[in-house]
Amino acid sequence: MRRILNRPELGAACGVVAIWAFFALYAGGSGFLSRAGSATYLEIASELGILAAAVSLLMIAGEFDLSVGSMIAASGMTISLLCERLGWSIWAAIAVAMVLSLGVGFANGLVVVRTRLPSFIVTLGSLFILSGCTIGMTRLVTGRTQVGGLHEALHYGSAEALFASRIGGFSVSVLWWVGITVLATWVLLRTRFGNWIFGAGGAPDAARNLGVPVPKVKIALFMLTSLCACLIATFQAVKFTGSDVLRGTGKELEAILAAVLGGTLLTGGHGSVVGAAFGALLFGMVQQGIVFAGVDSDWYKVFLGAMLIVAVLVNTYVRGRMAEARR
Amino acid sequence: MRSHQIRALIGCMAIVLAAACTKGEAPKPAGQEGTAQAPSTPRKDIKIAVVTHGQASDTFWSVVKNGVENAAKDNGVTVTYNSPQTFDMVAMSRLIDAEVAKKPDGLVVSIPDANALSNAIKSAVAAGIPVISINSGSDVYKQLGVLLHVGQTEYEAGFGGGEKMAGAGVKNALCVNHEVGNASLDLRCKGFLDAVTKAGGTGKVLAVNAADPTDSQQKVTAALGDGIDGIMTLGPLGSKAALAALKQGGTVGKVKLGTFDLTPDVLAGIRDGELEFAIDQQQYLQGYLPIVVLSQYKQFGVLPAGGILPTGPGFVTKDNAARVIELSKQGIR
Repeated sequence: MRRILNRPELGAACGVVAIWAFFALYAGGSGFLSRAGSATYLEIASELGILAAAVSLLMIAGEFDLSVGSMIAASGMTISLLCERLGWSIWAAIAVAMVLSLGVGFANGLVVVRTRLPSFIVTLGSLFILSGCTIGMTRLVTGRTQVGGLHEALHYGSAEALFASRIGGFSVSVLWWVGITVLATWVLLRTRFGNWIFGAGGAPDAARNLGVPVPKVKIALFMLTSLCACLIATFQAVKFTGSDVLRGTGKELEAILAAVLGGTLLTGGHGSVVGAAFGALLFGMVQQGIVFAGVDSDWYKVFLGAMLIVAVLVNTYVRGRMAEARR
Repeated sequence: MRSHQIRALIGCMAIVLAAACTKGEAPKPAGQEGTAQAPSTPRKDIKIAVVTHGQASDTFWSVVKNGVENAAKDNGVTVTYNSPQTFDMVAMSRLIDAEVAKKPDGLVVSIPDANALSNAIKSAVAAGIPVISINSGSDVYKQLGVLLHVGQTEYEAGFGGGEKMAGAGVKNALCVNHEVGNASLDLRCKGFLDAVTKAGGTGKVLAVNAADPTDSQQKVTAALGDGIDGIMTLGPLGSKAALAALKQGGTVGKVKLGTFDLTPDVLAGIRDGELEFAIDQQQYLQGYLPIVVLSQYKQFGVLPAGGILPTGPGFVTKDNAARVIELSKQGIR
């Protein structure tokens, strides 16, 4: 019992049940419970969840990555431009975007590790730089801010099957989400690298003394978050057959929000990928549930903010109780 | 003590949430009205969903929303209005998905990016929901299976401006384009010049750089030397520069100036006789009309024929400027 209570994801799991029950009661009649209704919030949760999985690992290691928001726009635009302007195969374009994202992640990590500046600031800088580059490049090349027509790209069919198909009404990205969450959880809890992540965030000096390559761990995690942002961009570019320069705006904070809802500490050293998955699910449910409940979208952020504060309070409360119980 | 505080806080949250929710309480469906095709559905059971790309901070779109809300009130139907928090086509398409899953009696959407939104709109059509597009999407609405488009078409708006200009006696017109490469602005100029030419006058396009007001003003001044007696600008940026050029040359009022889009400056200029007229797309109607049309369609199966229901060009001249200024304060213009 105590072991269950001590899990970081407990608060978010309870939140998921509570929010689901709330909308089921309140908006069940208007389609929240239907297959199509469930599919819409699972689709949002899946994309955010993939991002949040990587972001929570990075946060456990004690760093932030705010650049993922514009990384989504940059990657999506890279794919769209290479296909539309140069007639590349969509697979080649995706590969280039992935390499590019790994490069940006590496650069973020390197700057953070070398300069010891707070990653919050460094990646805030790269958030703006990437966003500006994306708008600038796109306008320069096309004179527009949206690039479409991806469905005419070479090999689009196979990419669509992998990234944008639907299985029984549900988006295939849900499978990716589950897979990535399981994989990341396994890495975090069952491998040496996972231990290094906890060490790098919880007690970096002690970890370094024990021979943990803290800088390398952090750089690898920065590359991972970038890569996951690129994956989201791929999902969206393929599904919506194109990109625009603002896509992904705000996703960086949503991912952090999902991780925090899932019990990951802002200060590092403690957290859970499963929790981040619950956090993302919570987020998706609220975002779409409000539409089903017929609440004016003007109020959406009230829900989100209130939910965030309540979730963090519950987490803190549970953890406090645990500390008392242990004594 | 701490847990006491926490409980109080959670209580506050619950109240806030409940307050936010009561807005949605009214439309609760009274029962399962299984037969959607009943001879005439009671109006209060008609549910219409509106999803636009307009952001909360955009005064243009808050006017559209006022139109939607007034129409819902006047017709006694239930309406939900949603738009993404930022200009985010992915989020918008998911809002449409959610609305479609609710199976509304009608759906109103704007289509700023047909690529990103076509799947969501097509699935609404496939689910048998009547869809009306507003504002943007006049070029694609038919392909997507949308019943009707309510908005302003750029060429026709420009043409209307040209007719107005020719009616004011303009023979040699200038169309100031402040954003070259924007296809819809090109269409406005083309419509404008076609109308002027049709009325026996001549005209040309002048490209200026909107980001540089001095450059714009001097270019217009230079062009005025050609015996220009009427200027059409395509937005507030252009009209500001053109008006400055006229003031510089002392020809305010002699050279007729017309512009697109209403701003407080433009309205004051019309009232004071500096501008001849302004064109707007009366976006209030883009919110109001689709609700009326969909309500009637649901109740009686009647639908305007003709594809595009033009809400513009609407003209503001000296005669109605004062009233428009008043209405813009109320969020109607």
